[in-house]
Amino acid sequence: MSKIKSGATANIAETMNTDFEVRSLDAQTVNGGEKDMSFLRNLKFMLAGIFFGLILVKSEVISWFRIQEMFRLESFHMYGVIGTAVVVGIISILLIKKLKIKTIHGDAIEFQDKRFTKGQVIGGLIFGLGWAITGACPGPLLAQLGSGVGVISITILSAVAGTWVYGKFRDKLPN
Amino acid sequence: MLELIRQPWHWSTAGILIGLIVPLLLILGNKSFGISANLRHICAACFPADISFFKYDWKKEIWNIFFAVGIILGGFLAVTYLHDPEQVKVAPTLVSDLAQFGIDDYTNLVPNQLFNWHSLLTIKGFLFIVVGGFLVGFGTRYAGGCTSGHAISGLANLQLPSLVATICFMVGGFISANLIVPFLLKL
Repeated sequence: MSKIKSGATANIAETMNTDFEVRSLDAQTVNGGEKDMSFLRNLKFMLAGIFFGLILVKSEVISWFRIQEMFRLESFHMYGVIGTAVVVGIISILLIKKLKIKTIHGDAIEFQDKRFTKGQVIGGLIFGLGWAITGACPGPLLAQLGSGVGVISITILSAVAGTWVYGKFRDKLPN
Repeated sequence: MLELIRQPWHWSTAGILIGLIVPLLLILGNKSFGISANLRHICAACFPADISFFKYDWKKEIWNIFFAVGIILGGFLAVTYLHDPEQVKVAPTLVSDLAQFGIDDYTNLVPNQLFNWHSLLTIKGFLFIVVGGFLVGFGTRYAGGCTSGHAISGLANLQLPSLVATICFMVGGFISANLIVPFLLKL
């Protein structure tokens, strides 16, 4: 265990971090304590996921047709959903920072700044191409699977493969 | 009331509720909203293959896997208990364009005629189902996030790199939906 840990830390130090979504890799955060791995403590995140999945289906965000409409400028729906979500998110984070709101466990809430990388442009364009083809980004793909479209499991596996291939060739790509 | 919940929700309702996921995850445990990271965690857990990018303790990020499983369950609950029997309403210009390619089934949010097990064995189906998914997985990790990680939680925290990523997502999507998807539908 400790061997793996030190190995991972060494590797992270060698290559520049371009992915700020694995918070347990960042030493300054309080995430990832042993108690954070218990089943019961994580159930609340499953409930949050259920809530998110319900919203994605009922607002038709998981609709392939809605994604085509968005990119063909035929409907305001998706712009409305994402735009409103961003505004609510901005206000929420401002309030959390201003009022120094803590987590339910009493920890301070921390934020991490992201750095510019070439991947945000190149990877962003590649993801955009895929997004319009599958008609879904990763969250909606999961909800589509749950809504009973079994073949989407292949799309998700293929997305895992895409991530793996990125990881494999990461050092050779412009970052 | 149940009738109202069954109907497709207005964009403002959905936007407010999705926006609230950002503070919900922060307050529940200092977690930041980002679904595509789970694809990396699956690689780290199942196929690390001695690749440095996948050598980390994925169990510390298990909350996100729980969140992802919840999304699948939420999708199931939505169609099982809150199913809307009406056909999916789509912009008339899109309906007429898709009709040219033989897509006219609006009984599901995912077009049944494109995404099914049978079409997986055709070139067209393979491109939509497998290649599309691959681009999503490769692109999101290269970009360091997807719609939830960059366009929602990144922008919510006023991160300029997330704005760049979001603009590129949209540019890629515009090119794809208007030039590539019509070409693929013709196959």
